[in-house]
Amino acid sequence: MRLTGFYALALVAGLLPVLFPGNYFITVVGIAAGLNVILAVGLNLLIGYAGQISLGHAAFFGMGAYASAILTTRYAFPPLLALSAGLISAGLMAWGLARPILRLHGHYLAMATLGFGIIIHVIMVQATGWTGGPDGLTGIPLLVLFGWAVDSDQRWYFVIMATMLLAVWLALNLVDSRIGRALRAVRGSEFGARMMGIDTARAKTQVFVVSALFAAFAGSLFAHQQGFVSPDSFNLSISIDLVIMVVLGGMASTFGAAFGAIALTLLHEGLVVFEDYEMLIHGALLMAVMIFLPQGLFVGLSQGARRGWTLVCRRQ
Amino acid sequence: MFEQIIQFLATGITVGSTYALVGLGFALIYNASDVVNFAQGEFVMLGAMLAIALLTAGWPLPLAAIAATLLTVLAGLLLERFAIEPSAGAPVVSTIIITIGAAIFLRGVALLLWGKDFHSLPPFSGDAPLRLGGATLLPQSLWVLGMTVLLVGLVHGFLNRTLLGKALLACSFNRAAAQLVGINVKVMLRLAYGLSAGLGALAGILIAPITFSSYEAGIMLGLKGFSAAIVGGIGNPMGAVAGGLLLGVLESLSAGLISSGYKDAIAFLFVLMVLFLRPTGLFGHQVAERV
Amino acid sequence: MNKQPWKIIVAAILLSTGLNSAQAADPIKIGSFLTVTGPASFLGDPELKTLQLYVESINAGGGINGRPVELIHYDTGGKAQDAVGFVKRLIKNDNVDLIVGGTTSGDTLAAIPEVEKEGIPLVSLAGAVDIVEPVKKWVFKVAHSDRMAAAKIFEDLRKRKLTKVALITGDGGFDKSGREQLLKLAPEYGITIVADESYGNKDTDITAQLTKIRATDAQAIINFGFGQTPAIVTKNIKQLGIKLPVYQSHGVASKTFIDLAGDAAEGVRLPAAALVVAEQLPDSDPQKPVLLAYKKQYEAKYGPVSTFGGHAYDGLFIAVEAVKRAGGTDKAKVRDQIEKTKGFIGASGVFNMTPEDHMGLNLDAFKMVEIHNGGWKIVE
Repeated sequence: MRLTGFYALALVAGLLPVLFPGNYFITVVGIAAGLNVILAVGLNLLIGYAGQISLGHAAFFGMGAYASAILTTRYAFPPLLALSAGLISAGLMAWGLARPILRLHGHYLAMATLGFGIIIHVIMVQATGWTGGPDGLTGIPLLVLFGWAVDSDQRWYFVIMATMLLAVWLALNLVDSRIGRALRAVRGSEFGARMMGIDTARAKTQVFVVSALFAAFAGSLFAHQQGFVSPDSFNLSISIDLVIMVVLGGMASTFGAAFGAIALTLLHEGLVVFEDYEMLIHGALLMAVMIFLPQGLFVGLSQGARRGWTLVCRRQ
Repeated sequence: MFEQIIQFLATGITVGSTYALVGLGFALIYNASDVVNFAQGEFVMLGAMLAIALLTAGWPLPLAAIAATLLTVLAGLLLERFAIEPSAGAPVVSTIIITIGAAIFLRGVALLLWGKDFHSLPPFSGDAPLRLGGATLLPQSLWVLGMTVLLVGLVHGFLNRTLLGKALLACSFNRAAAQLVGINVKVMLRLAYGLSAGLGALAGILIAPITFSSYEAGIMLGLKGFSAAIVGGIGNPMGAVAGGLLLGVLESLSAGLISSGYKDAIAFLFVLMVLFLRPTGLFGHQVAERV
Repeated sequence: MNKQPWKIIVAAILLSTGLNSAQAADPIKIGSFLTVTGPASFLGDPELKTLQLYVESINAGGGINGRPVELIHYDTGGKAQDAVGFVKRLIKNDNVDLIVGGTTSGDTLAAIPEVEKEGIPLVSLAGAVDIVEPVKKWVFKVAHSDRMAAAKIFEDLRKRKLTKVALITGDGGFDKSGREQLLKLAPEYGITIVADESYGNKDTDITAQLTKIRATDAQAIINFGFGQTPAIVTKNIKQLGIKLPVYQSHGVASKTFIDLAGDAAEGVRLPAAALVVAEQLPDSDPQKPVLLAYKKQYEAKYGPVSTFGGHAYDGLFIAVEAVKRAGGTDKAKVRDQIEKTKGFIGASGVFNMTPEDHMGLNLDAFKMVEIHNGGWKIVE
């Protein structure tokens, strides 16, 4: 029962390209949405379950991407080795940062993570010798998985969807584990959790590292899929978009975060037709959702649907 | 070398006082509502752009500046009434998203009204640089500095000397208690938003002759103002002013003495260090967690 | 469970776009991705207006070879990641025949791998030499290179016998790539770079960096950048009482720069396209009629022209001429014809492309101009 939603998601992800073969929206937008789902589900562990905020998550995404880009183009690392290096460096960075940074609360934590994100971004722009500067790095080789080259949008779609499902599955299991319960206690009351004998600093560090790993993994895939990285993909507005995905979908729900990621990706893609009005509509929609559905789209809509359903049942 | 450092300091204080004014707006709103208003930078942009538009329409500068400030105050009140009030009690992240949404919305409005070009305001008293010791300053910088001192003084006096100001402060310490002693918390909220929007607009008008303005000009200023408010200890208005000046001087010194490319990274590294050592900012209250 | 609503929404969106792409392929579809919003919007905005203006007038004149032209445009906002997405959307969803665009070098460079993979002609409107060097099969560009701008500035410095210069550049792609070219070319012209400062493109005060420059023995200052910051740099130079000759890049060759920088802009020199000084050109100049005609048509509808709109004019017509010569929209044939562009008189200069040179402009395409009484004056 716990995994019903997961199977439904897997079914949709698998059926879409079969129902609409060769459709741009499925493959290209699907890849973007899938990557965002991985990022949002990871960040949701931190924001939704542990109650911590991060306005600098794009930095970990970027570290994964740049690790893959730099190591494969400059040092001819095989893609999977570069990916592992990206995971290790992002994980270590998160681990080192976790204790001092997660001591902070609320807006101070928001500021510190935001500052961290900006520092990493400045390095991407300025350390031209390593990162290629503002124009970034091109010529990132194809991802080859055990002799199978991921060289078309269709193949990428399947790789990203498989990773996305893995990420969702991991998140679901993590939430129901001992760590997950400890995290929820931290969110309720950190002091209270400590009184119950939970090592809150340890629990927060663990979840910070895990969400950084999710982001770095997505970053590596992103670098190979685009064949190109530049600092623009990892700036403050991306970090903010990630938080919006988590909150928009509904905090403390893995499916909510996934839903928020998909919704925001489609929104960006859909609003381009409004050109100069895009910003106005985007801002108004964000405000409206948060004011009228403070628990997020996913929770709000599914409650609405449930209420509608009972209403229909009663009439009959 | 000494002459250079004087120039760096003069530059830093000018830039820092704009951060201070924006930071002050953050602090006032936070005091009254526990909300960090990420649309604060957009108030700055709105003030500058409205003043420029009215001036272009043929209004005299003082009148254009006053009207632009009042219109921005109106925008602040509308934001409070239609976005903040309905979402009272929402978690921190939700209010952050709401104000970010408001910021994007205001940018969208400015884009439709004034297009994408940069606009400038003529300096209030000419362009001839002034020499002060080894440093040169624009007359406009003196306007910025002088008005910052005046505005900060007025806000300080208002908060500490007037009944209304004390009521506003009371809300920040304990809203329920303030309500109980007969303070209308709702009115105080509106007061805080109107005041912050007005301060932002004035800051925007003052700096527009130096920095120009466009529909996106609020992003950077909002970010720096937020940092100033946090470094000073959020909710402490004078802390925000100190934080802003500190940040401005730090940026200018690191651009001049260390590396101009990494100056933002150095400034934010400093912010991180401050927070690691003092988790509630330089002048913030140490609050015990309520269980 | 309760996921029906969003599945239906997604399905509806997919269905509607699926239907769109199935429509008849009769018109010639020109795709475009420009930076119409964001910091580089003053480049992309006149480009888009130019494209729209001329696509309209081509259609009013009966189209190309009897087929109407359809322009499909997406705004990247200067985000390279979005540029890649939109290029994919243009190729796979909108099935365009060729692409004119990429306002910024960052956007273009990001899109190149996809364009090369799919094999579709791309005429870029951006500046960096890296776009066409090394030559890429499907990629062309029509904007002046940053290397040309650097060379033109150094030529002028040599004429004035100035050898020590201070550089100050922003942190954007245009700035960094210009800085690289300046550093690379300096030794060839016997020029020493005595200071190399940088600033953030959203900074509002550059006096700290300029104070450092004031303390050096530089004989001239080169500021390579675009947007509002070069205007702030120019004003700060005056504020600090620095009396050295100031050079800007072609990135600020617009009336906005003069308006923003005001008096401080007087005497600033920069390499610019002939468009800004069209009226001052001798009548013998082959570009003059083209420039005046473009200026007239653009200004009748939108107000003052900018050289960046001129790039869009060149890009569109080089592509259109190639389609005419190719007799259709076969991608490989159109590509071959673009490469054979000879003697095309455009807004940015006279283009002569070859298999080795996918830009086809030489240094004459730039005029060294000085800002004089709030206007432009040719100084060579």
